[in-house]
Amino acid sequence: MDTLGFILDAEQGERGWRLAEYVQRGGYAALKKIISEKIPPENIVAELKQSALRGRGGAGFPTGLKWSFMPRQFSGAKYVVCNSDEGEPGTFKDRDILRWNPHMVIEGMIIAGYAMGCQRGYNYIHGEIWEIYKRFEEALEEARAAKLLGERILDSDFSFDLYAHHGYGAYICGEETALLESIEGKKGQPRYKPPFPASVGLYGKPTTINNTETFASVPYIINEGGDKFLQLGKPNNGGTKLFSVSGHVNRPGNFEVPMGTPFKDLLAMAGGMRGGRKLKAVIPGGSSAPVLPADVIMECTLDYDSIAKAGSMLGSGAVIVMDETTCMVKALERLSYFYFEESCGQCTPCREGTGWLYRVVHRIEHGAGRPEDLDLLNSVTDNIMGRTICALGDAASMPVKSFIKHFGAEFEYHIQNGKCLVPEDAQRAGSGFFKVA
Amino acid sequence: MLEIEIDGRKTEVADGSTVMDAACKLGIFIPHFCYHKKLSIAANCRMCLVEVEKAPKPLPACATPVTNGMKVFTHSKTAVKAQKGVMEFLLINHPLDCPICDQGGECQLQDLSVGYGQGASRYQEEKRVVTNKNLGPLIATDMTRCIHCTRCVRFTQEIAGWMELGQAFRGEHAEIMPFIEKTVDSELSGNIIDLCPVGALTSKPFRFAARTWELSRRKSISPHDGLGANMIVQVKYDRVFRVLPLENEDINECWLSDKDRFSYEALNAQGDDGRLTKPMLKQCGEWREVDWQTALEFIGTDLKRVAREHGAAAIGALASPHSTLEELYLLQKLVRGIGSGNVDSRLRQTDFSLDGKQVTPWLGLPVAEIPALDRVLVVGSFLRKDHPLLAQRLRQAAKKTTRVSLLHVADDDSLIRLDAKSIVAPSALTAELAGVVKAAAEAKGVAVDAALAGIQPSAAARAMGESLASGEKTAIFLGNFAQQHAQAATLHALAQKLADITGARFGYLGEAANSVGAGVAKATPDAAGLNAARMLAEPRKAYFVLHAEPELDCANPAQALAALRGADLVVAMTPFRTRAVDYAHVILPVAPFTETSGTFINTEGRVQSFNAVVKPLGETRPAWKVLRVLGNLLELPGFDHDSSEAVRAEALGGKPASVAEQLNNRADGVAINLTATTPALQRIADVPIYFADPLARRAASLRQTRDALPPAARMNAATLAKLGLAPGAQVKVSLGGTATLPVELDAGVPDGCVRVAAGHELTSGLGPMQGELTVERA
Repeated sequence: MDTLGFILDAEQGERGWRLAEYVQRGGYAALKKIISEKIPPENIVAELKQSALRGRGGAGFPTGLKWSFMPRQFSGAKYVVCNSDEGEPGTFKDRDILRWNPHMVIEGMIIAGYAMGCQRGYNYIHGEIWEIYKRFEEALEEARAAKLLGERILDSDFSFDLYAHHGYGAYICGEETALLESIEGKKGQPRYKPPFPASVGLYGKPTTINNTETFASVPYIINEGGDKFLQLGKPNNGGTKLFSVSGHVNRPGNFEVPMGTPFKDLLAMAGGMRGGRKLKAVIPGGSSAPVLPADVIMECTLDYDSIAKAGSMLGSGAVIVMDETTCMVKALERLSYFYFEESCGQCTPCREGTGWLYRVVHRIEHGAGRPEDLDLLNSVTDNIMGRTICALGDAASMPVKSFIKHFGAEFEYHIQNGKCLVPEDAQRAGSGFFKVA
Repeated sequence: MLEIEIDGRKTEVADGSTVMDAACKLGIFIPHFCYHKKLSIAANCRMCLVEVEKAPKPLPACATPVTNGMKVFTHSKTAVKAQKGVMEFLLINHPLDCPICDQGGECQLQDLSVGYGQGASRYQEEKRVVTNKNLGPLIATDMTRCIHCTRCVRFTQEIAGWMELGQAFRGEHAEIMPFIEKTVDSELSGNIIDLCPVGALTSKPFRFAARTWELSRRKSISPHDGLGANMIVQVKYDRVFRVLPLENEDINECWLSDKDRFSYEALNAQGDDGRLTKPMLKQCGEWREVDWQTALEFIGTDLKRVAREHGAAAIGALASPHSTLEELYLLQKLVRGIGSGNVDSRLRQTDFSLDGKQVTPWLGLPVAEIPALDRVLVVGSFLRKDHPLLAQRLRQAAKKTTRVSLLHVADDDSLIRLDAKSIVAPSALTAELAGVVKAAAEAKGVAVDAALAGIQPSAAARAMGESLASGEKTAIFLGNFAQQHAQAATLHALAQKLADITGARFGYLGEAANSVGAGVAKATPDAAGLNAARMLAEPRKAYFVLHAEPELDCANPAQALAALRGADLVVAMTPFRTRAVDYAHVILPVAPFTETSGTFINTEGRVQSFNAVVKPLGETRPAWKVLRVLGNLLELPGFDHDSSEAVRAEALGGKPASVAEQLNNRADGVAINLTATTPALQRIADVPIYFADPLARRAASLRQTRDALPPAARMNAATLAKLGLAPGAQVKVSLGGTATLPVELDAGVPDGCVRVAAGHELTSGLGPMQGELTVERA
C-alpha cells in the first residue's frame, strides 16, 4: 500500500527542505492564490470547516471551528501560535515535518494569520530538537528574504511575521496555555480555562494555537479544496494523518496515510511484528491514550471516531506497538514515572497523585505489591481524572486505568507471585537489547 | 445580574462573579486553600470543587464564572467525593506533625481535614521532605508542610508589589522559595504568615511561645503610622504574645504592616533600653527608684518653683504624636492650666508659618475612597516606608484606573506603577511643585498668580500637571517629607492652589497614629505659645516630654538635647528606659498603648478608641491618670475625670462620633516663597521605617531586618566623584553637629544631596534634617 504523502514522502519522509525545493513542489501556491485572488478570510475558514480537518496535536478539535472563535472585530494584537513542543512519548511526527517540510508549516501559519487577522505568529519548538529549531530559523530567513513573511507580503496589504521559540524540553509546555506562559518568559504552567486562549491568550490577547501537522495541512486544503481533503479520509475525519509507529515492529517510523486506514495496513507498512512475534497491545495515540489489546486494535481503522469507539483516542497518532514479550506492569511503571516527573506541580491531584501512582506501580513491579493495590490505583486515578487544571492528570491516569482493565491478570500475578507472568528471558528476547542464545 | 442557585438557594450576582462569590454572598462555605478574596485566582488547590448541573466533571468554585440559571451543589455526593479526594492528596505528603506545629489550632488544613479527611492514610510510601528556607528575621519556615497554594507567592507579587517568592521545580519536587540567597524584605511580609493556610510559614518572634487557644484576642489600634490599622492583640498572663490584623475594609483591609505586627516585642523589652517599671528620680546626681507619690510631689513642687522664679512661659511640653488623644488633651490642659502656651507634638516639623490659620491637617478624604480616584499626586513621601498600607492601596489603585504621580527627593522604588515622576533636591521641591501648578493651570486654561510668573515647568512637572488636569476625581497628598520640609507652608500653598485649579481633593498623609488627634486635642501652641522648634531653639527652664525621645524624634536632635540638658526640670513620661537618664530629672513609667485605654484619630479623621489589653507592667500607670493626678497636685481646676472616656468626651467637645468639622486643610493668604538657596551639598533625611517611634525602635526582630540596617551617607555617583569618595569610605558628616558614617552609593539620590537618615542613634548627633552639610573623610 502506498502512503499518500503531501506532507512527507513515502520513504520516511525525506525531501528537500529549502524554499526553492518547496516552491518547486508547488509550495506557497496557496498563499499566492489567496493574495492574488484576495480571497476573503471567512471563505478560508469555511473551506477548513468543509475539509473536516481536526487538530493533529491530540485532542482532534475541528480546526475550522477553532479558527472561527477568534474575535473578528478585536482591534489590538492577535496571535497565531504553532505548537511544535512534541513531548508525548511515542510521538515524533512534528520533528520530521519541521525537518523535511518547514515551509509547509510556515505557509500554513501565514494563511492562518491571514484568515484570523493576526500580524504575528510564534512557533514553539521542543527544546530537545535543537537542530530542527535552527533549521526552522533558516527557513524563516528564506521566507522573509522572498517577501513571503514580514511587511506587505508579496506586495499586498497583508503583513505577518513569524518567530521561532524553543522550549527546554518540559512536557507540560506542550499544553497550550503552559506553552503561552513559556513564550511570555514565565514558568510553564497551564492556566485555568475559561478564559480560553481565543479570548485571553498570548500576552492577554486573542490567540489560536494549532499543532504543526494541522498547519501543514492547510496549504493542501486551499490548493485542492476542502472537499478533496475530506475525501482523502472519511466523513468527519478529513485528510491524511501522520502516524509515528514505534515499538516491536520491523520498521519504525513516520507514515502518512489517509484517515480511516485499517490498523492492519499501518502495521504492515511498518514491516510487521519484529521477529514474527504475536501482537499483545497497542497504545494508539501517544502515551496518554488508553492501551488497546491486540484483538481490539486489529479491528480498528485509524481515525478519531473508530479509535474512540474502541475505548481509546487517536491522539497525536503515536502508535506504540507491544508484542507478547512485554511485561505490562513494567511498561506502565515507565509511563507512570514519566507523568510523575513531568507534572508541573501546580494543582494538587496531579502533583501528589502522579507520584502516588508511580510508587504503587513501582512496588508491584518490584514484587512488593499488595492485594488492595489495584483497587487503590483505580481509586487514585478516579480522584485525579477530571479534577486537575489541565489534561496531564487525565493523561497520567488513563494508562493506569486501561492497563489494569485489559491486563489486570498480569498485575494480579505480579502481586501474588512477586514476579512477572512473562518470563524474564522472553522479555529480554523481545527487547532487542540482549543477545539471547 | 445573573441568577444562580446553590444548594437550592437562589441569589443574583453581578456579571463576572464566580461561584465562590455567589456562595460567599449566600453564606455557604465551600472549603478552599488557595482562594483568597484579595489575591488573584489560582485554582490550584482544587479543594473548592463543586458539582455544577450539566457539567461533566466537578468545577472549582473559585474560578468558575457564574452563568445565568446555573445550579450548583456544594455538598452533593459528587462534590464531597471530589473534595475528599483532594484532601487525601493534600495530606499524603503533609507531615501531620500537628502536635509540634505552630499553626496547630489555627490551621485551615487541620480544620478541614476534620470534615474531609480520613482516619488513616492509604498512602504508605515515604513522604516528601523539603529543606527550610531563610526568609529573614520575621518569618519561620517549615517547607515540608507546604501545600503549594501559592498564596504567599501571589501576595508578594500582587499586594507587596515585588515578587520575592516563587515556586521553583516541577511536580512533587516543587518548592516555594525566595530568590537564591535572598530573604523576604517587604515591609508587608508578615501577612504571608496569616495567608499561609498551613504551618509552612509562621511567625519567628512568636514561634513556640503559646498555642492560639491559650491566647485571648483583644481589639486594638496600631500606634504607628497615620492609618490606624485595626489589630487583634493576643495576650496571655498579662503579656502580649502576638499581633494580628483585625479586618476593616475601610482602613487596613485584612493586612498589617510588619511594623504594626511585630513592634509588640518592644512591650516586653528588657535591659538598657527596655521597659521601665518604677518612677525614677534623680537626686544628687544619682538615679533612685521612688514611689509615685514622691515622684509626683517632687514634680509639683519644682514646677511651682520654676513658674514662680521664671514665669509660666518657661515651661514647655513636647509630646509624641503617637500619644493618645486623652494624654495629649490632658497634657495641654495641664500646661495651659499652669499658664504656659508652650505645647506641641509636631516634633519633626520646621516650618510653622501656617499656625494661626486654623489648619488641622488630615487626609482630605476617607482612605476607602482612594481606589475611586482617577489621578493622584503624592508630594514628598517615602511612601512605602512611611505609609506601607496606604502605599499598598495606591499600588492596587494604580493597577486599575488610578494614575499616580510622585514628586519627591529620593528615587526609592515605590513599587507603584507611576504615571509621572520627578525626583529633585529638597531645595528644588517648591520650584518643581510650582512648575506642576503652572503646567496644570495652562492645561486648564487658568491664569496663575504673579508669584509663579517666572516658573518654567520641567518636562516631568508638565507631565504631572497635565496628568492631574486630565482627571475627574483627583487628589494631592503631602507626605511626611513635605510636612518636615523647611518650606512646608509654601508647599502647602502650592498644593492648595493646584487643588483649586484641578478641582482636586488635597490633604496630608498623617505621619503618626495621632497626628490628627493632636490637632483635635489642641496639643499645638496658640498665638501666645511656642511651637516645638522654638521651645528648643529658645530653651525653657522646665520640659514635659511625653512618649517622645527628643534626641531621635525632633527635627534638630542636637539642639533638642542641648536644650533639655540645660533645663532645671525635665519630666520624661515614657514606657521605656530612654536617653532621658542623661537629661531628665524625673522619669515616669507610663503605659504604652496596650496598657491604657485611649483614642487615636487616624489620618482620615476616624476616631478609634481602644481598651487596655493587658495590665500595666510593674508600677507603670496610664499617662492620662498621671496627668490627672498632677493636675490635682497643682490644684488646677477640671482634672476630675474618672475614666479615659470622660477625658475623650471633653477633648472632643461631647461629640465622639465625628471630628469632621474640626478638620481643615485650607489656609488662605499663605505667601508663596519660591526663593530657595541651593547649598553646595544638602541633606535628605528620611526616618527609617523601624526607627520612626520609640516602640518600633525597640522591637528586636524588626531591628534585624534589612530596613533596619544602620544609616549611611548615601550619594549618587556624580556627588561621590565630586567629593572624591568611594563607597565604603568612612566620612564625617557635619550639619549642626557631626556623625561618622560609611559612604554608600545610591543612584536614587539627586545631585548635590547626601541622604542621611534621621531617627537613629548613629545620626542623633546631627542637627537639622535639612540644610547644608559638609562631608569629609573621617
